[in-house]
Amino acid sequence: MNEFWLHPALVLILGGLLLPLVPARLRKPYLLLIPALAFARAMLMPRGVFGEVHFLEWVLVFGRVDALSSVFGYIMGLMCLISTLYALHVEENGQHIAAWLYAGGALGAIYAGDYLTLFLFWEVMALSSVFLVWFRRGPESLAAGFRYLLVHTAGGLSLLAGIVLHCKAGGHGWSFDALDVHHPTLAAYLILGGFLLNAAVPPLHAWLPDAYGEGTFNGSVFLCAFTTKTAVYALCRGFPGMEILVPLGVIMALYGVVYAVLENDCRRLLAYHIISQVGYMVAGVGLGTQMAINGACAHAFAHILYKGLLFMGCGAVLHMTGESKFTELGGLYKKMPLTFVFTLIGGLSISAFPLFSGFVSKSMIVQAGFDQHLLWAGFLLNLASVGTFLHTGLKVPYFIWFGKNQCKTATWERAAEPPWNMNAAMAVAAVLCVGIGCYTPYLYQMLPYPVDYHPYSSYHVSETLQLLLFTAVGFFLLIKKLEPEPTISLDMDWFYRKGARAFYWLARRPLQFVDTCVGEGYRLAGLIPLMFSARGAGQFDNRIIDGFVDGFAGAVAAFGRRLRRVQRGQMQESLSLSFAVVALLLVGFLIIFTRVAR
Amino acid sequence: MKLVAFIEFLRRQLRRVVFICLGLLAVLVVVDAIPALVDKEHAHTRLEHLPGFWAVFGLLGCIALILLSKAFGHAGIMTREDYYDE
Repeated sequence: MNEFWLHPALVLILGGLLLPLVPARLRKPYLLLIPALAFARAMLMPRGVFGEVHFLEWVLVFGRVDALSSVFGYIMGLMCLISTLYALHVEENGQHIAAWLYAGGALGAIYAGDYLTLFLFWEVMALSSVFLVWFRRGPESLAAGFRYLLVHTAGGLSLLAGIVLHCKAGGHGWSFDALDVHHPTLAAYLILGGFLLNAAVPPLHAWLPDAYGEGTFNGSVFLCAFTTKTAVYALCRGFPGMEILVPLGVIMALYGVVYAVLENDCRRLLAYHIISQVGYMVAGVGLGTQMAINGACAHAFAHILYKGLLFMGCGAVLHMTGESKFTELGGLYKKMPLTFVFTLIGGLSISAFPLFSGFVSKSMIVQAGFDQHLLWAGFLLNLASVGTFLHTGLKVPYFIWFGKNQCKTATWERAAEPPWNMNAAMAVAAVLCVGIGCYTPYLYQMLPYPVDYHPYSSYHVSETLQLLLFTAVGFFLLIKKLEPEPTISLDMDWFYRKGARAFYWLARRPLQFVDTCVGEGYRLAGLIPLMFSARGAGQFDNRIIDGFVDGFAGAVAAFGRRLRRVQRGQMQESLSLSFAVVALLLVGFLIIFTRVAR
Repeated sequence: MKLVAFIEFLRRQLRRVVFICLGLLAVLVVVDAIPALVDKEHAHTRLEHLPGFWAVFGLLGCIALILLSKAFGHAGIMTREDYYDE
C-alpha cells in the first residue's frame, strides 16, 4: 500500500512528543484533542491491511484492521481519552507523554500484522508504562517500577525467542496469525509465555498488584486498561481454542478473588480483581468457540471501562486524602459522595449486576463454558463472580465510604470531592457502564462474530440476582471477619524479592569469600615473589650498575681535577708543556718501537 | 447535599431498610420457584431446577470464600507491612 495511512498510535506518540512545545493556554484543549483524534481515527478506520513497510528482508505490517483488532482499538482509544480527561489537571508533561506512549504502544500492538511489529510495540508499552509507576516518586514506587521492568523484560525475551524460533527456524514467516494450538511447539510455548506474563496468569502475575498499587493516582487508570487487555487480544489472535487456557483462566478467576479477601490496600485489591476478571477472558480464549471469543472480547471491552472507573474512584480517594488503605479510611460518604456513587457503579458493573456492563459480557463466557459441557468451569466462574461482588461491589465501597471511620484528622480534613475533570471522567465511564448493560447492540455489533445471545432471559436475571444478593447476605453476616487488617500478603513476588536478597547474600558472602581467597592466593603466589625479584633487581641496579657508572664518572672527574691543576692560564706555557709532553711521548714511542723492531 | 442527606436518611432507617431487603430476597426465591415467571429451560444441570439454588450457591460460596481465604491468609500469607523493608 503506497497511499498515506495514519496510524492512531502515531497520533498519540507524535502528540506526546510535541506536548512540551504547546503554549500553556492551549495545553488543556491540546490534552483532550490528541486522544480524541486518536480515538476518532481508531473508530473510523476502514477494514483492510495498511501501513506495509519493507525493512531489510521483512515486510512490517503496521495496520491490520479487522473485526478483532477494531473492537480492541476502539475501546483502547476511548479509554485513553477518558483517562486523559481524568488526569487533565496534572501539570507534569512527562506523565501525559508516558501515558500516551503507553496507549500508543498498545494500539500499535493491536493493529500489528506481523510478529516483529507486535514485539516492537510490546516493548514500547513495557518501557513507557513503568514511568507511570516511577512518577509517584516514593522509594517503594521506584523499587516496584524496577521489578515491573525486569519481569516484563523477561517476558519480552520469552516472546522474542519464541518469535525467532517460530518464524525463522520453523519457517512460518513473520505474519501474526493463529498458531497450531493442538500441536504446540517449543516456539509456541515461548510466545504463549510472553503473552501469559502480560495477561498476569499465575504464577506470572505478581508484577500486576505490585506495580498497579504503587502507580500514580492517574497512572494506574492507564495501567489497568492496556497491558493485560493487549495480552488478551494477542491470545485471541494467536491461541484461540488452546485447552490449557480454560483451567488457567479459572484458576486466575479464583486466585484473584482469594487474595482480594486478604488485601488492605484498595488499589491492590482492584489489581487482584484484574487478574480475576482477565481469568474469564483467558478461559474464553481457551474455550475457543465463536461465542467464547465474542465473550472474551466483550468482557475485555466492558472490563476496560468498569475497571478504569474503579481505579478512578479509588485514585480519587488517594489523590484527595493521600491514603489507599482500608485501615486508614472509612466514613467518607460525607466528604466524597459522588465518588462513592461512581465507584459503586463500577462495582456493580464488574459484579455483573443486571443493567450493568459486566452482566452482558461475562455471562457470554460462562454460557460458552456450559455449552461446551465444562460444568466445573461454569460453576467455578460463577463462584468467582460471588467473590467479585463480595469485594469490589461490597468491601471496597463499604470500608472506604462507610464502616468505621479510621481516618486520621489530616486525612479527614483533606478529603473532598475531586476536581471537575476527574468527576467528569468518572461520569463518562459510569454512563458507558450502564449504557452497555442496558443497550446491548452497542457492544454486540462490534464483536468479531455474529452474536446470538440474549442475556436478559428470566432465568439468567433470576440466577444472577440470587447469586449476588445472597452474597451480600454472607458479607453482612461475616463482616467482622472481613474487617481490614494492616498487613500485606505474600505472593509469587516473594520468590524474586527474597530471591534477589539471596543473590545479594550469595554475592556478599560466598562469592566475596572466593574472591578474597583468589586475591590472597594471587598476592601470596604471584605478588610477593614478584616484589622479591623486583627488589633484587633494584639492588643489582643500585649497587652494581650504578656503582660502576658512578665509579667511572668519579674517576673521570678526579682525573679532570688533577689535569686542571696543570693549566695555569698562560697560553704559551701550556702550549710549550703540551708540545714537550707530545715530543717526549713520540721519542719514547720511537725508542720502544726500534728496540722491538730490532 | 441531597445525596448525603439521602444516605443519612437510609442509615437512620437502617432496621427498616434491612427488613425490606430481606423481604425482597424472599420474593426473589419465591419468584424463582414459579415456572411461569422464571423459565428454567436454559438450566444446565438438574440442581439448578431447585428453587433458590443460586441463592444457596451464593450464600455458601461467599461464606466459604471468606473463611477459606482468611484461613489461607492467616496460615502465613498475611504478614506485617514492613516485611520487605528489612
